[in-house]
Formats: sequence, C-alpha cells, structure tokens
Amino acid sequence: MSTPQTPLPQAAPPAREAGAAAPYAGYTSPIPVVRTHLGHALASEWTKIRSVRSTMWTLGVFVLLVVGIGLLTGAIVANSGSDLSGDDDPLALGFFGVLLGSIAVITLGVLTTASEYGTGLIRTTATACPARGRFLVAKALIFFLVSFTVTLVSTVLVAVLQTAMLEGSSARQPTGGEWFKATVGVSLYIALLGLFSLLIGSVLRHSAGGITVMIGAVLAPLVIALFMATSSLEKVRTALFEYSIPNQLGVFYSSSLSDSGPSGWDPLWIMIGAVVVAFAGSWLLLEKRDV
Amino acid sequence: MIEIAGLSKRYGEKLAVDGLTFTVRPGTVTGFLGPNGAGKSTTMRMILGLDHPTGGDVRIDGRHYHELADPLTYIGALLDAKAVHGGRSARNHLLCLAQSNGIPARRVGEVLETVGLTAVARKKAKGFSLGMSQRLGIAGALLGDPRILMFDEPVNGLDPEGIHWIRGLMKSLAAQGRTVFVSSHLMSEMALTADHLVVIGQGRLLADTTMADFIERNSRSWVRIRTPDRERLLDALHTAGIAVVEAGDGLLEVDGGRPERIGELAARHQVVLHELSVRQSSLEDAFMRLTAQSVEYHARPEPAGQSWGAHRIARTAAGPPAPKAAPTTTPATPAPLTTPTTPATAPTTTPTEG
Repeated sequence: MSTPQTPLPQAAPPAREAGAAAPYAGYTSPIPVVRTHLGHALASEWTKIRSVRSTMWTLGVFVLLVVGIGLLTGAIVANSGSDLSGDDDPLALGFFGVLLGSIAVITLGVLTTASEYGTGLIRTTATACPARGRFLVAKALIFFLVSFTVTLVSTVLVAVLQTAMLEGSSARQPTGGEWFKATVGVSLYIALLGLFSLLIGSVLRHSAGGITVMIGAVLAPLVIALFMATSSLEKVRTALFEYSIPNQLGVFYSSSLSDSGPSGWDPLWIMIGAVVVAFAGSWLLLEKRDV
Repeated sequence: MIEIAGLSKRYGEKLAVDGLTFTVRPGTVTGFLGPNGAGKSTTMRMILGLDHPTGGDVRIDGRHYHELADPLTYIGALLDAKAVHGGRSARNHLLCLAQSNGIPARRVGEVLETVGLTAVARKKAKGFSLGMSQRLGIAGALLGDPRILMFDEPVNGLDPEGIHWIRGLMKSLAAQGRTVFVSSHLMSEMALTADHLVVIGQGRLLADTTMADFIERNSRSWVRIRTPDRERLLDALHTAGIAVVEAGDGLLEVDGGRPERIGELAARHQVVLHELSVRQSSLEDAFMRLTAQSVEYHARPEPAGQSWGAHRIARTAAGPPAPKAAPTTTPATPAPLTTPTTPATAPTTTPTEG
C-alpha cells in the first residue's frame, strides 16, 4: 500500500499560499460548488442498490420463485387434462409464485433502509445529505422502480407462458382487464408492499426485526383466521381472511377467498393508504431521532 | 471555522455534553482530547447535525449543518471507520457519496490514490483491515475537498507507517488553510500533530489552549545532573540559591532550572559533570491529572469549566506567559506522578518555541 504524502493532487500551490497569507481566509476548493437536489440523492441511492450483492440475490430469488413456480403449476394443470372449468382464469395460476416471491421483495425493502443502521452507514448518508426526507424519498423511489420493473417483467413472462401452456385446455381466454390486473396491478401491489417494508425498516432500524415483522404481517392474519373456529368470532375471522395480504393479492387474480371484502382495485388503494401513513411516520421519526 | 456555543446533550439521565463553548479555527490542527466517554464523539455528531443538541448551538462558518447545500464539499468527516456496507466495494462506497453531493466521479479515483487504496478499490469493504477502513473513511472525508475536516480517532488501527502518514496529512491540510479538528484519547499523539488543544472531561470543557501553552503549563520540567563531585556541586548550587533534590542513584534534580546556568556554575567551580539534561514529565501524565480533576469540577456549580477555558484564551492572547513561574503554580503537585522513570517522551515533547 503506497501512501503518498501530498494530500490532494489538485490542491494547487497558489491556493496554499493564499491560505497561508491570510490565515482566516480559509481554504477554497477548486471543486465547483453544487446546490444538491433530489437528483443527486437518486443517483446515489441507485449506486447503492446496484452495488450490493444482496440486491441481486433477493431479486434473483424473486424471479426464480415467480417464474419457476408459475411454470410448474402451469405444467401440472396443463398435463392433468380438463382441470380448469370454463370460467377459470388461467392467469390465476401465477398467484402462488408471486405470493412466495413477495417475501424476497419484503426482505430487499427492509434491507434497503435497515442495513444502513446495522453498519452505521446511515451516519455517512445523513452527513452527505442533511435533508433526511430527501434520501428517504430517493431510497423509496429507486426501490419502488426497481421492484416494480422486476415484478412486471416476471409476471408478464409467467402470464404469457401459462396462457400458452393452457391454450388447448378448457380454460377460457382472459380479458384485457384481467391481463392488466394480473401484471401491472400485481406489480404495483408487490412493489408497494416492498416499499411499505422499506419504511418499516426505516422505523425499526433493524434488519432482522423488520423482516420478521413484515413476514408476520403478511402471514399471521391468515393463519390466525384458520384456527378461529368459534362462531362468536366469525366476523373477526372473515375480516382477517378478507384483508390478509395473500387474499388481497388474490383479488388481482380474481381468486379471492370470499365474495365480500375488497374487490377490483381495492387492495391497491388500501396498500397506497398504508404506504402514505408509513411514509409520514418514518419521515417524522427520521427527522426527530438522532442517527 | 466551527463555532460551538453552550452545547449540551442529554441521554436520559446522563448529561453527555455539558455546556461546551469553543471555536475551531482554520489553518491549524485542533486536537480534541478527552478520556473515553468524555463526549467527544457526541460533540462531533452534533456538529454534523446527526444528533440534535439538547441545548446550545453549533455553526459551521456561521451556518447550521442542515443549511449547507453541498455539505461534503464544506466539511468532510471520518466518524466511524467501520460505517460502510461490507458488501460494497471501496470505489462504489465513495461513488455513492460523491453522487449525493454532485462531486465529479473522477474525485473517487483521486482520493483512493491519496489514501493508498487504489489497489483494493474494487474489493469489498468487509475484507478490509481496520487500518484500511480508516483510510477509506479518510478518503470519504477528503472526497469533497472540503475546507473543514473532522476525524474521530483517526490513528486507531493504523500501523506506524499509517500513523506517520496521517500526521503529515493533517498538518498539510491545515497548512492549506483548512480547519482540521481531530479527536483522540492519546495525549502523546496530539502533542505531535495538534497546534491547538481542546480538552474535555465528562462533557465539560477543561482546557482550550495552544499546544505550546498546554505543555508549558501542564508539564513539569527539571534539570537532571549526574556528577562524581556530588558534594562540591551541592555546595555550589546551595551558595547560588538553587534548590536541589536528590533523586537517588547519585542523580540530582533542579526543578524548572536552566541547564546553562548550572553548567556555567559547575564550570566556574571546576566540577566534572557526567550528565546535564533537561527533563520533562510526560504530557500523558499532565493530561490524566487534568481529566482526573474533571470529577471535582463536576461537583461544582455551572461556570467552573467554562471560565477556565476563557481564562486560558485570554492568557494566550495576552502573549507568552512568564515561563518559569508556570510549572510551580500548577495546583496539583506533580512530584509523585512525574518520577522520571519514563523520561522517554521527554525529548519529543519539549516545546520548541518560548
């Protein structure tokens, strides 16, 4: 390791002499002063997210789960003959892969914020960008765009392959609206779920804690509802079923567990509401707390 | 310039920083000294706007940290060398920092070259030794070519060559007219790099003074004499009215004495001298004495710590103090602490001026 003595190559001698002549004038850097804005924070966060291997791993696992499980179910159903009745939507077979894959997106979301607290990098980030809301917005935007794009590509791929596989079977052709919901709708929903995880990660400031909370939030309501046999708790049970994340995800594939509860695009509006609340909360905490 | 006024920080019951007031000026290396847990890092975090002060104010060239448009080109800081994502390469770590402040990407290569990490630029940070991490942290601080630099314990984990390098780096940065603020818990390290000294203990200001003045004030110096004609020299010194202490092993010591005076005296009386040397108690001892007193300050009402610092500034500004009176007026008697069993630091810490 070489250690050159000259500290900064472009610290020109004239500047040095000026500094020495007027001791309180201080040092003036040759680097142009830039008024920073969100664009700088976005560039920085993009570099961050693409330069760690955990991003590639989690997104790789996501694509693998979505495409792999999607193709597997498609193949099984296609080979079993006329399993699907006339009004069944072949796109619904994509649901299983996306549900499992969502865990990878949740993990990536939590890690995007919480890992900086684990390493202490958040101090460097906050020093470089004292407007803390700005880097939170930048992280959120970059993460949302990345996860939306990856989900969209995966879901479109699975949807195309599955409908092709079931071409000859009795399954009906999905409508344009169903196509849109099962691809763009699902991708928006998954990306927002990841974004919500990112905000939870920022609030909890702990990777393992954040991931546990989010997986619990996704799975627990459904599991609890399964064991809620008492009739006096019927209403709670139904609500837990209907508003559980897996069921709401199923709404996009028109394979909801019940006929009541959220329908159409409702899950998306609910998730947007949750993200807005979480965003306000984590912004407030970020400004208020010491990092 | 960093101006700190009445800065306080409370964590629950504990007052980590208690009414600190001092200014860090450009063109010099200012050492920020205190034992572990004195509040150095907390103060630095408040300067950077990371922790919100409970009371008081920090300004950087008259502005609050969050008012700086491009903070990295204004103030560069190394707080914690291990505060990097282990999975990210050194280059990418610096690149995302540069981008966040609109610093041209070519600076990344330049600072990596400066700190000597070019060869490992594409290696992941988790494989770095503490010394390499320190260098990466320093690279991050230098990235924006800022006019103010702040380093928290920068020599931690560096090898001797690295320590030598960082001393030179800090001095040259200050010589360019930059403000350099560096914390340490090692007095001996500061004695070699800092021109100005801010000492805190238990969150309170204990001293705000020039390094030379601190050495002058806080270290006892004496002349050590070794002679075969012990009795004759004792007589001569006694006649001249110079107080001598016998230090055992045939050694004589004259407190605060001038070697030339004793040498001349010995020559006049034709006394053979085998040794005549100026000795100084280690600054580490002086520092420990000073910070140990912070316990006393703690029990006293508010102004004790602050007026001390103010007094020191006034004294420094007034010009060089009467040199010889200083060591003897130090309240804590240095004798037991400065038994010259460790004179090793003496030659290096002798003040050059005054």
